[in-house]
Amino acid sequence: MGVTQKLGDLGVVTTTLETAINWARTGATWPLLFGLACCAIEYMSTQGGRYDLARFGMELNRASPRQADLMIVAGRVTRKMAPVVRNLYDQMSNPKWVISMGDCASCGGVYNNYAVVQGVDEIIPVDVYVAGCPPRPEQLMHGILTLQEKIMGERIKEWA
Amino acid sequence: MAIDSALENKVTEWVGSVDDVKNLVSERAISGETMLLNLGPHHPSTHGVLRLLLELDGEEIVTCLPDVGFLHTGIEKTIESKSYEKGVTCTDRMDYLAPMSNNTAFCMAVEKLVGLDVPERAQVMRVICLELTRIQSHLVWLGTHAIDLGAMSVFLYCFREREKILDLFEMISGQRMMGSYMRPGGVWRDFPAEFVPGVETFLDEFPSRIDDYELLLTTNPLWLDRTQGIGVVEPDVALAWGFSGPTLRGSGVNWDIRKAMPYLGYENYNFDVPLGEHGDVYDRYLCRIREMRESIKIIRQALQRLPGAKGGFRSENRKFCPPPRAELGQSMEAVIHHFKLWTEGFAAPDQEVYVAIESPRGEIGCYLHGTGGNKPRRVHFKTPSFMHIQGIPLMSEGHMIADLVAVIGSVDIVLGDCDR
Ligand code: SF4
Repeated sequence: MGVTQKLGDLGVVTTTLETAINWARTGATWPLLFGLACCAIEYMSTQGGRYDLARFGMELNRASPRQADLMIVAGRVTRKMAPVVRNLYDQMSNPKWVISMGDCASCGGVYNNYAVVQGVDEIIPVDVYVAGCPPRPEQLMHGILTLQEKIMGERIKEWA
Repeated sequence: MAIDSALENKVTEWVGSVDDVKNLVSERAISGETMLLNLGPHHPSTHGVLRLLLELDGEEIVTCLPDVGFLHTGIEKTIESKSYEKGVTCTDRMDYLAPMSNNTAFCMAVEKLVGLDVPERAQVMRVICLELTRIQSHLVWLGTHAIDLGAMSVFLYCFREREKILDLFEMISGQRMMGSYMRPGGVWRDFPAEFVPGVETFLDEFPSRIDDYELLLTTNPLWLDRTQGIGVVEPDVALAWGFSGPTLRGSGVNWDIRKAMPYLGYENYNFDVPLGEHGDVYDRYLCRIREMRESIKIIRQALQRLPGAKGGFRSENRKFCPPPRAELGQSMEAVIHHFKLWTEGFAAPDQEVYVAIESPRGEIGCYLHGTGGNKPRRVHFKTPSFMHIQGIPLMSEGHMIADLVAVIGSVDIVLGDCDR
């Protein structure tokens, strides 16, 4: 609708390959169906009716890491869970992104103790950090939009 | 890559072989006649990070071995390094679907330890919050349980109502989930003016919403097929395994701490304890649905009681509860109390106490051992999910693997509650 209104009946849109690919990727980033702790409940709320994550093309959670593009680490990563998280990340196919949701995943939160990995970035690379304990759904959506901005800025020559 | 080496340094991976599980599974698994299957910790129907090692004969479960601890956060240890007032914040994050229940269990233990009285009004306020918590926890359970068994839309409806309760929680505590609203001696603040009308509006519309859920599930033949006769637990077995809450009551055992050992004045409220007959997944489902209706009754009675309840929202004992802001400008004593409480906290005697309350999942108990100083020597929580996970093998062995999903949903486990 938007495009036809702007361009009339031209039937042709010119763009660069880079923009087209990035645009396609932002609109359909499938998250991995993966929850660790309390933050996962807020993540579920985000998918619920009121916040409706489907607006960003992300309602489709994939339980298999092979089919997912985005890992939302929602919750505290414990020492026992860390190898599993890394394993899941390794199984995801490229291109892949990571959002660290909540204080625990970002820096260990209040749990500076023997059991919790002090930030999931110790084991996997993180693209966007979302603060909060737990972050409100709005905050998570802001994180997702920030990630989409980041994806839009990616360059083909950097992929290789 | 730097990250790989970091991983190697920080986390030692468990390197195991079939030999390690030899004594846990049957002989047939070793000969290859049955199959060993690993379910979780990353699996959508394990409600978090539960891992189950299954031995399967075709589709049938021969052995089921739960492996917990993937969410062990050291919360008890963290609380031991904090003063009593600060410890409340950590308790929210254990059973993250019922933060208020954990808060209350911990606060009541602290109150018992130091001998602090809670005003009547604060007790009524706590009851309102606890029952709202019960409803919202059961809503998450119902939504996820139904989604596990293939009924997607129930999830959306449940979360619609849950958002309304979270709005109310945000109104009183400033946070949607982890409000830490309960404090030793009462609650954090008085209800804002718009809270009570908000609860009333919610209570008016909610019974018809429960009817909607029931319309979708209770008599739905698919739902009945998936839940009736699955995961049956006999009453004596349920007691022997230490079950509590709706999981126990689904087997027909009449045990509800609100009735059996009333706290917060629950003895003055008029409500029923729903019981199941067969102890299967379906009966546990019915119990929780009916419990939501009972909670509505309790909240209504509490709202009626609220205007006439004596006392404030928090104890006036300044040795344990900080003075209100307004007093600080007028009284030197208030300033001293404020300073003492926020820097050092209060001291508790070198004694041990145990307090148990009825959380949405069952009995949540808090064991607290003081030191005579401002920090506890030992904090331990007896949590219902831990008990119920032990019961999963018992309920699922002999059933199909798809029924395991129904069983896990029906015991309503929260891994944060189990592992802490
Ligand atoms: S950040 Fe807070 S809400 Fe999220 S997992 Fe950690 S403790 Fe739970």
